Amino acid sequence: MIEGALWRRWVFYNIPLILFVIVLLFPFYWMIITSFRPDGELYKPWNSPLYQPFWTNKPTLEHFVYLFEETDFGQWMINTMFIALMSTAISLFCGVLAGYALARLTFPWAGSLGTLIFITYLVPQTLLFIPLAEIIRDFRLGDSPWSLILTYPTFLIPFCTWLMMGYFKAIPKELEECARIDGASRWKAMLFIIVPVALPGILSAGIIAFTLSWNEFIYALVFLSSPEEKTVAVGVTSELIRGDVFFWGSLMAGALLGSVPVAVVYSFFVEHYVSGLTGSVKG
Amino acid sequence: MAEVTLRKLNKYFDTTHVVKDVDLTIRDKEFMVFVGPSGCGKTTTLRMIAGLEAVSSGEIRIEDTVVNEVPPMDRDIAMVFQNYALYPHMSVASNMAFGLKMRKFEKTEIAERIKRAAAILGIEALLQRKPRQLSGGQRQRVALGRAIVRDPKVFLFDEPLSNLDAKLRVQMRVELKKLHERLAVTSIYVTHDQVEAMTLGDRVVVMKDGVVQQVGEPLELYNRPANRFVAGFIGSPAMNFADVTLAESNGRAVAEAPGLRIELPGELAARAKSRAGCKATLGIRPEDIHVAGPSDAAEHCFDSSVEVVEQLGSEILLDTRVGSALFVASIDPTVRVRAHDKLRLALKPGRLHLFDAESEAAI
Repeated sequence: MIEGALWRRWVFYNIPLILFVIVLLFPFYWMIITSFRPDGELYKPWNSPLYQPFWTNKPTLEHFVYLFEETDFGQWMINTMFIALMSTAISLFCGVLAGYALARLTFPWAGSLGTLIFITYLVPQTLLFIPLAEIIRDFRLGDSPWSLILTYPTFLIPFCTWLMMGYFKAIPKELEECARIDGASRWKAMLFIIVPVALPGILSAGIIAFTLSWNEFIYALVFLSSPEEKTVAVGVTSELIRGDVFFWGSLMAGALLGSVPVAVVYSFFVEHYVSGLTGSVKG
Repeated sequence: MAEVTLRKLNKYFDTTHVVKDVDLTIRDKEFMVFVGPSGCGKTTTLRMIAGLEAVSSGEIRIEDTVVNEVPPMDRDIAMVFQNYALYPHMSVASNMAFGLKMRKFEKTEIAERIKRAAAILGIEALLQRKPRQLSGGQRQRVALGRAIVRDPKVFLFDEPLSNLDAKLRVQMRVELKKLHERLAVTSIYVTHDQVEAMTLGDRVVVMKDGVVQQVGEPLELYNRPANRFVAGFIGSPAMNFADVTLAESNGRAVAEAPGLRIELPGELAARAKSRAGCKATLGIRPEDIHVAGPSDAAEHCFDSSVEVVEQLGSEILLDTRVGSALFVASIDPTVRVRAHDKLRLALKPGRLHLFDAESEAAI
C-alpha cells in the first residue's frame, strides 16, 4: 500500500489500478454485451440516432439458440474438452517424470538435455505445423482428435518439464533421502513424498497446459477439416464467418461459452495455482 | 549388535578428494561423534554410511555385511537431518509411520510403536498435527521419533541441533544423551560444535580436510591432543599457542620466546631435550593459566599486559599480550583487573603441550 496523503494513494495506486482493470476487462464486457444484443442493434451504424454501443435494452438469447441449433457447437465443446484433457494428461505425465529426472538424477548430459528440451519449446508453432502436417498425413491421423492430442504435447511437454524441473529443485533433497533411508525405493519416494509435495506445481502446470491446448488455434485449423471434428476456437471462426459476413452475435456467444471452462478451472484451483507459481514448500 | 567398520574409505567429487583413507571402527552401542570444521568430510562420510553417496574406494561394513552396494532402504539405518526433513503433507503420526509402512508392518504394530516413541519423546499431543504447525524443537522431536520407531541397527545424525536456538540446543543435547542411554543403539553423530562432540560422544573423531586427525574419548582429546589442530579445535575458549625455540640450560629443558621463558616439566622435558635448538609450538589452555601467586615457581610465570577483559560471571576471560604472542586466560572471577593492567600470570606446568613446528604433531 502506498503511504502518505490521500491524493498520493489515488494518483499512484487507485487510478492506475482502475485503468488497468478497465483495459483488461473491457474485451470480456464487449463479448458479453454483444452476445446478448439483438441483430437489429448490432448492425446499426454508429452515427444513427439512439446508438447505444455499451448497453442494450432488449437482451436476447437468439445468438445462443442459433449457436446450438444451426452449428455443431455442442460437439465442438466436447471435442475441445476431450483433446485438452488428453493432451494435458499426456504432457503432465511426461513432464513430471522428465522434470524429476532432470532435477534429481545425475546422468551425463543432463544439463544439455534440459537446455535442448527448452529450445524445442522456442520453435514457433507457426513453423512447426508445416512438417507436422506431413507427419499427420503419413500416419493418417488427419481430421481426428488424435492429430491434436499427439501434437499438442510437442509444446506442452517442454513447458511442463521446465516448470516441474524448477519446482522439484525447490523441494529439499533431504525429504527424498529421508524417505529412501526410511525404506522407500527411489520410485516410491517420488510417488509418496515428492509428487504430493509438488502437487501445487503439478496443478499449475496442468492448468496452464489445459488452457494452452484449449485455446490452441493453428494446429486445430490445419489438421481438422470436417465441421463435426472441429474445436471451439476453429469451429466458431470458420463456421460463423462466412465470406465477409461476420455473425457477431453468435461469434461472441461462442467465445463466451468457450471461455467458461477455462474460467472455471482457474477459479477452482486459484489458491493452489498461486502457491504453485511462487513455489512455496511449507516445511 | 551392530558394529560399523570403515576401511580405507575414500570419496572423490570429480577430482576433489574429500574423504581420505578413513579407517574407523564404531563399536556396538557406541555413540560416535564426527567433528570438524565445515568441509572436512564428516558429513560426506556419514552420507556414505547412509548410502546416499557412492563410495569411491574402500569398504563400509555394518555388522559383518559389506554395504557399499546396498541401497539405503536395505541398510536398516535411520537418519536425522539438520533441517528435520519432515514430510510436509503428512501428519506427525504418518511421518512416523511412513518407514514402517514401507517395510510392511502390521497396522497394530505401527500404532503400538508410534505410541511408545511418542511417549518417550513427549509428543503424544502432537500426533495429528502437520509439521508446519510445530515449533523447531517439536519438529526435532518428531524427526527423532521417526528414527526411533524404526528400531534400526544404526542411528545417523547430521547436525541435528544446529537449527535450534542456543537454549533449546542445550536441552535437546541432554535429551539425546538420555535417549541414547535408554535405547543403546549404535549412533553416529556429525557436528561442527565441539561442545556437542565433547558432551555427547562416547568417542570422538576429529576430522580435517578429509583426514582423521584423532579418534578417542572426549577427555583423551582434551588432555592429549595428537596434533596442533585437535588441540586448537577441542576446548572453548581455544588453546593458546606460542612459537617457541626449545633449549637446554643447566640440564633443564626450556621453551623460549620473546617475553616468555617456560621451564618444561618431567616427561615433556625429556622429549624436548633431544630437540634442543628446534622450533616448536607451545600450547596452553586458557583454563590452565591463573594469576601468579606466592606458591607459583618463577620458571612457570610470565608477564603480560591485559588488552581486553571479558566478565562472564563464573570466570573472567583475559585477552593478554605476552611478548609477541596473544594469550587468553580464564581466571578467577574475584580478581580485580582492568584493560591495560600489567599482570603476572602463571601456568600449570603439567598441562603444557608441545607441537612440532613443521608437522604440527604433538611432541
